[in-house]
Amino acid sequence: MTAPSITMNVMLGTALLGATAGTIGTFAVLRRRALVGDMLSHAALPGVCIAFLIMQDRNFVGLSLGALATGLVGILVIAILTRWTRTKEDAAIGIVLSTWFGAGMVLLSVAQRQTTGYPAGLKSYLLGEAAGIGRGDVQLIALVALICLAIVSVLYKEFKLLSFDVDFATAQGWPTLVLDLVMMGTLAVVTIVGLPICGVILMAALIILPGASARFWTNRLGRLLVIAAIAGAAAGVIGTFLGSPLPKQLLGIELFDNTKYPPGPLIVLTAATFFLFSMLFAPQRGVLATAAAELQLRQRIAREHLLRALYEISEPYLPERPAVAEAQVLAQRSWRRWWVDWWLSRLRKRGLIERVNGDVRLTPAGLGAAAEVTRTHRLWEMFLVESAGIAADHVDRDADAVEHMLPKPLIRELEERLAAAGRLPMVPQSVPQSPHDL
Amino acid sequence: MRTLSVGRQSLLAAASRMCHEERPMIAQSQTSAQPAHATSHPPALEIHDMTVAYHRKPVLWDIDLTIPEGNLVGVVGPNGAGKTTLIKAVLGLVPLASGKVEIYGRPYEDQRKIIGYVPQRESVDWDFPVTVRDVVLMGTYGRLGWFRRPGHGEREVANRCLTQVGMRDFANRQIRQLSGGQQQRVFLARALAQDARVYFMDEPFSGVDAATEAAILELLQELRSARRTVFVVHHDLQTVRGYFDYVILLNMRLVASGPTETTFTPANLHKTYGGRLTILDEAAEAVRQRQPIR
Repeated sequence: MTAPSITMNVMLGTALLGATAGTIGTFAVLRRRALVGDMLSHAALPGVCIAFLIMQDRNFVGLSLGALATGLVGILVIAILTRWTRTKEDAAIGIVLSTWFGAGMVLLSVAQRQTTGYPAGLKSYLLGEAAGIGRGDVQLIALVALICLAIVSVLYKEFKLLSFDVDFATAQGWPTLVLDLVMMGTLAVVTIVGLPICGVILMAALIILPGASARFWTNRLGRLLVIAAIAGAAAGVIGTFLGSPLPKQLLGIELFDNTKYPPGPLIVLTAATFFLFSMLFAPQRGVLATAAAELQLRQRIAREHLLRALYEISEPYLPERPAVAEAQVLAQRSWRRWWVDWWLSRLRKRGLIERVNGDVRLTPAGLGAAAEVTRTHRLWEMFLVESAGIAADHVDRDADAVEHMLPKPLIRELEERLAAAGRLPMVPQSVPQSPHDL
Repeated sequence: MRTLSVGRQSLLAAASRMCHEERPMIAQSQTSAQPAHATSHPPALEIHDMTVAYHRKPVLWDIDLTIPEGNLVGVVGPNGAGKTTLIKAVLGLVPLASGKVEIYGRPYEDQRKIIGYVPQRESVDWDFPVTVRDVVLMGTYGRLGWFRRPGHGEREVANRCLTQVGMRDFANRQIRQLSGGQQQRVFLARALAQDARVYFMDEPFSGVDAATEAAILELLQELRSARRTVFVVHHDLQTVRGYFDYVILLNMRLVASGPTETTFTPANLHKTYGGRLTILDEAAEAVRQRQPIR
């Protein structure tokens, strides 16, 4: 078989493995069980070595069964530790993970001293290796991945309920213990068949990263699972591609020497890149989107405060629009001079104020905007004084905190309420009097 | 089938609203329940010698209870009295150390389809990626059974239950964007979607706004009018007399249970709350004055 076809073969396997790991891993992440995957993969190493020492052979199925066996013993020990001693779950996972991995490393050295078989091949279980996997193994990995994917889609409704509210599920009569075992069992099988590709150290990343990345993009479980599956598959394919001879053959450049860089780390780094990208750029939930929304709100608050200050200074002279000295604006609040200067220049660019001999004056458009802002502020103040029983001399600051977020329908409701109570002059769009001294 | 039964329930509820002024209905249900119990009609809940232990430390001792159907039942007691444990034990969420629980005369396992549950609001992760309607649909899962997904009919049921708790407009919201009161209403809607005969609610009134409290109370009264039995773990002693027909006073042991009128007495409260005098005096005062609360 030629090198490209081997790589294509492995890519198919890693794509299915990534999709399945991403899907079942999403449930683990949602249930805050992400570390169970990590524990399982580390605890698999001694099993792989013991199976090899017994069989004297690198048979994939045999090694996987050995891995599954020590993984399950690890889970059992965690259950015993948390249930019968005062050890907490995270500590128990840490203890089992490191102890089993340490035992695995010792057994690995023992296995390597043996002359028979191919002990060097066992090392691929540490970081994964694409080149060393036979065609049959890849097909087996693909088959197992497909079966696990099928289990998740058939039990979608049950897994959803189990993950959201175990107690409710139990009260409704679902055998939650069995469902939990099926879910964790699927997770264990996916983890273990992925070991020869990703390695025991990094397999957990393929389980955690796709789900964690997808969470930034959607609030619906169904879509979350699909996105996680796609992210997992893409990470598998891209990672395998980068570490293979393919880039050299197709593009004439060698990105990563595949004899030095096993696919595991490349797959994990690809998935981590997805996570980083999602965390930064996802709309709504991403860091940048959140920061932008926050900044926008701050800017609006600053603009509205300044407009209201200008309106309240101008108010006694209306409908004349007086020229206001900057010192007067500064006296309204504890503002810094550079800050006010900057904002005044922005308001001027928007055509809301004009300069008159060094002083500032609201333009007609600016007066309209300032009146609107002041009106909302005072409506809200009046509502707080009358309906929430806040003292009139305290109300200014309380109103400040909320008024910028009042939606239009709520403002209309405030108007109607206050008008019904006869507290609002019936002139449309007029600015009511302030309920406190300015 | 499901659509029909919920339709019937809301019809009954509407009827109950019409005869809302006629309060004797409650008293009637109590008097009629006693002989019914003695003859063919089994009580909604019957507990014999129930003991529950966590890590070999008993939390509930020797509980014996018989609650006739069609009552609003307040489960009252100090913190750590085992109120939540009582409900969880009845629902099979914590194992019984000994004793027997029967719902309408049969063990709990046989009756799961007629039981509705509202867990404590804090018991789930409200950042979970589901919408309000998704959560309410979970109430229909029990009847759907294995593998079947909720379809058009189930969505109709969910919408109707959401309307009943005043949350229809929120159906497509992610549950994280809800206030505490709204979250509680969603949990109630999910329980309504279970279309149960016996409901168990763990502190549905805790941390909700006044409007939600009133809405929940109205809903409970509608359920009672439809002959449902509702168990409510409750903290606010001031409102017990106004809200419940029946009380269970609990402090690791059963202190007393029976109609509120005769059971929610200063003497029984003394036994339940022991030395906690401040709460006690307050409650006793409220009881003595027999004032309608609010």
